Amino acid sequence: MMSYYLKLAVRSLRRSPGITSLMVLAIALGIAVCVITLTVHHGMSSNPIWWKNDRLYAVTLDSWDPERPADEDHPELPPSELTWRDAEAVTRSDIPLRSVRMHKAGGVLSSGDSRVPARPERVIARMTTAGFFDMFDVPFRYGGGWKATADAGPEPVVVLSSKVNEQFFGGADSVGKTIRWDDREYRVVGVLAPWHPAPTFYDLNNGAFDDPEDIYVPIGWTEKLELPSGGNTNCWNAEDIQSFADFLNSGCVWIQVWVELPDAASKARMQAFLDNYVAGERRGGRFKRPNNNRLTNVDQWLVDNEVVGNDNRMLVALAFAFLSVCLINTVGLLLAKFLGHAAITGVRRALGASRRQVFLQHLTEAGLLAAVGAALGVVLAGAGLWALRIMYATPRDGFTGLMHVSSWSLMITVALAVCATLAAGLYPAWRVGRIAPAVYLKSQ
Amino acid sequence: MLAMRHISKVFRTDLIETHALRDFSLEVAEGDFVAVTGPSGSGKTTFLNVAGLLEGFDTGSYQLDGVDTSGLSDDARSRLRNEKIGFIFQSFNLIPDLDIFDNVDVPLRYRRMKAADRRERITSALDLVGLGSRAHHMPSQLSGGQQQRVAIARAIAGDPKFLLADEPTGNLDSLMARQVMDLLEQINEMGTTIVLVTHDPELARRAQRNVQIIDGQVSDYRPYEPHAPAAREPVPLAAGAGA
Repeated sequence: MMSYYLKLAVRSLRRSPGITSLMVLAIALGIAVCVITLTVHHGMSSNPIWWKNDRLYAVTLDSWDPERPADEDHPELPPSELTWRDAEAVTRSDIPLRSVRMHKAGGVLSSGDSRVPARPERVIARMTTAGFFDMFDVPFRYGGGWKATADAGPEPVVVLSSKVNEQFFGGADSVGKTIRWDDREYRVVGVLAPWHPAPTFYDLNNGAFDDPEDIYVPIGWTEKLELPSGGNTNCWNAEDIQSFADFLNSGCVWIQVWVELPDAASKARMQAFLDNYVAGERRGGRFKRPNNNRLTNVDQWLVDNEVVGNDNRMLVALAFAFLSVCLINTVGLLLAKFLGHAAITGVRRALGASRRQVFLQHLTEAGLLAAVGAALGVVLAGAGLWALRIMYATPRDGFTGLMHVSSWSLMITVALAVCATLAAGLYPAWRVGRIAPAVYLKSQ
Repeated sequence: MLAMRHISKVFRTDLIETHALRDFSLEVAEGDFVAVTGPSGSGKTTFLNVAGLLEGFDTGSYQLDGVDTSGLSDDARSRLRNEKIGFIFQSFNLIPDLDIFDNVDVPLRYRRMKAADRRERITSALDLVGLGSRAHHMPSQLSGGQQQRVAIARAIAGDPKFLLADEPTGNLDSLMARQVMDLLEQINEMGTTIVLVTHDPELARRAQRNVQIIDGQVSDYRPYEPHAPAAREPVPLAAGAGA
């Protein structure tokens, strides 16, 4: 019977092209707006390293001003970064499987080889420790990360992003070659495969949806080259900072620290380690705020740092409200259409169609309508995301990665289409199935 | 056999109750050709709707071909209607965007017959009414008389035991009306029971038996006598019956 219902549905929809177009457009617009907002929202709120959510923890300690919290809007949270010395102390622990301390830096990258045609390029660097790549499952195209011994040395080694490797080495295997960063040469030990975690959960301070860094350098060079932070530096105390050593010893927070703890026991041990460390520092006159030493997993970290703002959530709610309005309109139009043909339904009932068969016939028509609407909705959503990309995405802006119709969006679209079918078609189909055929047989 | 006993049917609104059928009893034997007449508002159409299982009733009993119809689910009533009853309406009630073939196909579709069986039945029904060559015309391309013949083909395609005809010639001129009546008689002679509701005394006279409904009751109800000889002679109608 389904093929018969489909045949009738096609005939019925073709019989009134105007009202059919209106309904398809209403469903398509509702679905397109939902898919666009959901795609962006999903991209922004998803955990890009979900498989390690119960292993990776951001370390935060509340070394802030005893008089006021680091963030007045969230007084319960400690600062999102650590001081240099706290970061050093915490990462010295052997409890975590891996630990990483890091910060963002800037500089100019140029080729040490005059035969390479690439022009010098201002790049963003991540000064980090050796565990970064394994901890965050960073994919390599060539080579790998550096050894832990290179951190302290520090050794002049560098890991390049695929983009930089493309620019300076034409995408070839550059491991073992040298590249100049500011006024020093570094040996390439690894080249990343394209890697675009969105958001860049490990450092949310300067644009959660920026592309990751161009190069990765051992953090030992920060101290040796007296590199300032290229990201956030927040200080709460008026300290007399005369030298870089003073800065490293100051209460300014600018270092991100992450640890990898494979199980609950190691997490408990790490928490105890942090509490002990802070207790020790208290005795030395620091950490005057209430104890607030945290190990925060990635999911919670994204929430604490408000990666998805209320505006975005409001936009999703509005998109669904818009879809509801579209569906209510469709319900009205379908109802008018179905009841407008009640006489024909009456004839079918007289000829032996049961209420259930009439209901299914009309539900099939609503389903077909929703399927066409959903298909058009996907096209409109694709066009909408493309337009957003054209309007808002820049070469350094990770939004590019968010704004395409993914398989996830398509799945949502199908689910929405099913819901749209049920929502828009159920009531009109039920109503038309309940009409008393005798009333309409005389009136046709 | 169609047997209604002491049927009552009341239409209620907030303000009034209308007794469309009251203590209504009627039996129609297999092979009968019964004309039902009566003044407007007497309950003829309600009788036909109840007989055709399009409407329920409040009290009484109704047996259709040995099946007690009270308490049947909508699915069961629809199946019974589909298998046992063919409808012919005054205004033909063809579905305008289906061609003749697909119109005749409608009741067979709900019987879930195989395509080849359906095709065979549709073709023979259309041949019987003389429209075999018009199978792929649209209803709007046919005259009123032809449309009514299509409706008759649709009614008989499923080989029902009963044909319920509600003023089948009401929208036709006299020539076409005669042709339609000839066709109905031919179908009756093939064994199909026909109940014809009409205002037209001329048509009523062509039935084997006349039944008059007045104020929701059969005015001259006599229980069915299986051995009574079928009479082709028309029963004189009461005054005003043809209104």
